[in-house]
Formats: sequence, structure tokens, C-alpha cells
Amino acid sequence: MSMIIDTITEALSYGFMQRAIIVGVLIGLSSAMLGIFLVLKKYSMIGDGLAHVSFATVAIALFLNTSPLLISIPIVIVASILIMELNEKAGIHGDAAIGLVSSFSVALGVLLSSISGGFNVDLFGYLFGSILSIQQSDLWLSVVLAAGVIFTVIFFYNDLFAITHDEAFSSVIGIPTKRRNYLIATLTSVTIVLGIRVVGTMLISSMIIFPTVAALQVSKSFKSTIVISSVISVFSVIVGVLGSYAYNLPSGASIVMINAVVFVSMMGYKRLVRS
Amino acid sequence: MTSKLIEAKNITVRYGNNVVLTDISFAIEKGDYIGLVGANGSGKSTLVKALLGLVPLEKGKIIYNDLNKFEHGIGYLPQVAVTGNTLFPAEVREIVGIGLLGQKKFPKRLTKEDHFKVDTILTRLGIIGLKHKKIGDLSGGQQQRVLLARAMVSHPKLLILDEPTSALDPRVRSDFFNLIEEINKVDQTSIVLVSHDLSSIKRYTRKMMLLDRELVYFGPSDEFDLNFGMAKGMHNHEHDY
Repeated sequence: MSMIIDTITEALSYGFMQRAIIVGVLIGLSSAMLGIFLVLKKYSMIGDGLAHVSFATVAIALFLNTSPLLISIPIVIVASILIMELNEKAGIHGDAAIGLVSSFSVALGVLLSSISGGFNVDLFGYLFGSILSIQQSDLWLSVVLAAGVIFTVIFFYNDLFAITHDEAFSSVIGIPTKRRNYLIATLTSVTIVLGIRVVGTMLISSMIIFPTVAALQVSKSFKSTIVISSVISVFSVIVGVLGSYAYNLPSGASIVMINAVVFVSMMGYKRLVRS
Repeated sequence: MTSKLIEAKNITVRYGNNVVLTDISFAIEKGDYIGLVGANGSGKSTLVKALLGLVPLEKGKIIYNDLNKFEHGIGYLPQVAVTGNTLFPAEVREIVGIGLLGQKKFPKRLTKEDHFKVDTILTRLGIIGLKHKKIGDLSGGQQQRVLLARAMVSHPKLLILDEPTSALDPRVRSDFFNLIEEINKVDQTSIVLVSHDLSSIKRYTRKMMLLDRELVYFGPSDEFDLNFGMAKGMHNHEHDY
């Protein structure tokens, strides 16, 4: 027991670990709180799609010789709105719309990086996350993001609940469904861009899907799903990051594995209760 | 004050190059019970969406006389069972509470009085026992009643029911029609009931509206000729009952 405490104390003495845990917890909280609205509206894979868009934005940033974050956030927000518009205006289903936007983005990213002479960034870190790359600016952006998500979910809770259940009915009773959807899309985009630093392009969608789907196994009400998924997400980030330090493992993959273990446990618990 | 709740004047709706409704005019009066019928693609659902303000009109206008559309003068029961996802984590009382949000200002919190309204409508529709049940755990008929409660909880002056019985078995369907008839008679709530099932709808409604992208018939149900409706591509499901 004392060995575990010593390891945790040692890990937390490093600035990069402190930043990783704070940013990870804030991103985990944001993605879990947004997750229920995305998963139940069948936009689960939007995280994956937007992460691919983010890949293209890194190439664009390198091409233009500017900061990836400044380019990523606005472009990923536009892409998320485009996915929703394709769904609404062109009648293309959510999964197909995500597929279109994400594959186009990867192709664009590859072409641009080829034109600009290839990537000179740590590709592995970008694909699977690198807590060493988390800057102080990421930390402050994460604080703003998490505050925005918590404010949105608390103050627009009933609107978002109604839209998630039945969008047509929500429009009929005067809820501004389009504006609320754009709000969720914008917050999701920022969550993805920042979350990529922690778990990487390949794994970011798990931060949205796992905690929500795990919570859905045991929750009965909408509010309790949000609370349970937030607890699962924060727990997975803390255990994942500390575990990755203790055993010298990749942090992003460790977070996802803890999420997966929790999900399987919840499914097992549900089956046990039913039988 | 006029007894006309809604007046549609020469409305035309177009989706791209496809004109779905052409030059349609009618009025819905207080206490009306209108059966809206027509074959697939006749424009029934589009007309409902136009009345609800969900599709833009190319021509004409809809006048809302004695009701405020957004403060829930209109209750709406959608066509598709939206709660097909059994994992949807919401109790019946939460779903029904959505029906009151149209009357709320930011941050739209439900009060004790609102919860009482929810309980009252659940009791009225005979589903108070399901109040704390998860919506996805209910049968099709029970879910339909929950969605009807959501549409009715704000005491709308007009209820629009879009194919409400298509997924129900004949016995449950008959119970549902009786319930709607009672709501119309007791509360004087105007009803527009969309269906492709001519005979059953004619039996319950007082007026019929037949669409074939234009208004073919709008008048008393007892003067509506079933054979005429069937000639327009409709079906008679009398054997279901």
C-alpha cells in the first residue's frame, strides 16, 4: 500500500503529470457529459470523425507554418456543424456524414503533408496521445472548456434532454433545436481537439462512448447517466494516467483500457441483476 | 371571437422540384375531430409539419387564431415510435415533463406544480403506475400513451396525432381511439388524426379530410364515401377489428 502511495506522490511531483491529470480529468468530464447526447442521437462516432479532421488541421497548420491549436479548433467546429447539416439538409445519416467528412479530411491531410514535405511532428504521440506534449495553454483551455460544458449541461439540461429524446417534438414546442445542436457540436469539437493530446486521434472517440455506454447499463434516469458516466470517466483518467506512470505504459491506451474494464464490469453487473 | 383555431389559406409546399401540397385551404374549429387521410405520398405528413411550422410554405399562409403555437396551443404525437431504443435512460415522468417545456423561460426548471400536472395527466390516461418505469421497458401501447400524455400535459387546444395506431395491435388500437374520442368530447380539444386506415377513422371522427397532394374532400365524416377514398389508393382495414 505504501509503495502505491509513494509512486502516486512521486508521479504528482512532476509538472507534466500534474498537467496531464488535470487536463485529463477536465477532458474526461467534458466528454462524458457530452457523451449521452451524442451516443443516444447516434452520433457516437463523431469523436472519431472529428479526430480525423483534426489530423488534417495539423497538416494545414504545418503547411501555413502556424500553431495547430489555432487552426484545429475553428476548422473542427465547422466540420462538426457540416456533419450535422449533411444529416439534416441532405438527409445523409449521421454515420455516413461522419464517414464522408472524416475520410475527406484524412485525404486532405495526407495530400497537404506530402506537398509540405511530410510530417515533422511525433506521429505516434499524435495518434495515441502524449501527456508530455500537454502545455500550460492546454490546461487553461481545458478549464474553460469544462466550465462551458458544465454550464451548458446544467442550464440547458431540459432542452438537451428533450432534443435527445425527440427532436421533432422539441421543435414543435419552440425549443431552438438547431442552436442547441450547434452548441453541443462546438463543445464536442473543442473536447476532441484538446483530448487528442491525452489519448490521441485513434482513441479519442472512446472517451465519448465508453463512459456513457457503461453508465447506460446500470442507470435508470437521464441525470443519473450523466453523473455515473462522469464518475467513470474521471476515475478512468486518474487510474489510467497514474497506472501508465507506474508501469511505463502509454497513457492514452491505459485510460481506454480502464474504461473498457469498467464497461465490461457494468455489463456483467447488469446481467447478474437481471438473472 | 372566432371559433377557428387555425386557418390554412392557399398553402403550397415544395420539396426541391417536387410539389407536395398544392393550394390547400381549410379551417380547424374548436371541438373539431378531423380524420386526415390519403395514400402514401399524398402529403398527409407534410401538411401536419406545415401546421406545426416544421416546413416552410412556398405560397399561402397559416393563421393561428386562438392559440399560441409555441406556448403549446398544439399538442403533437409523432408518427414514429421514438423510444425504440430500450437503453434510453428516462423515466415516464421525465418524458411527460418535456411537454411543459414550451411554456418555460430559461433555465426551464419544472416546478412542484408541473410535477402535479404530470401526475394528473398520467392518472387521467390510466398510466400513473408507470410513472417511475423506464420508457424503453414499456410495451408499444404503453409508450403511445406516454407520448400522448406528453402531448396533452400542457392542455393544448389542438392535438395532432400522426398515425398513432399504426404500430398497435387491434385491441389496443380500439382502446386508443376510444380514449381520443373521450378527450375530444370531454375537454373539447380539437383533434386532427392522421391515418391511412379509412374505415376505423371514419367511425370515430366527425370530419374527414382526404388529400392527394391537393384537397380532395373536406367535410362531414358521414357524407364521406369510403369507395371514393379507396379509389384514391387508400385501404380499408375493417377486418382488423
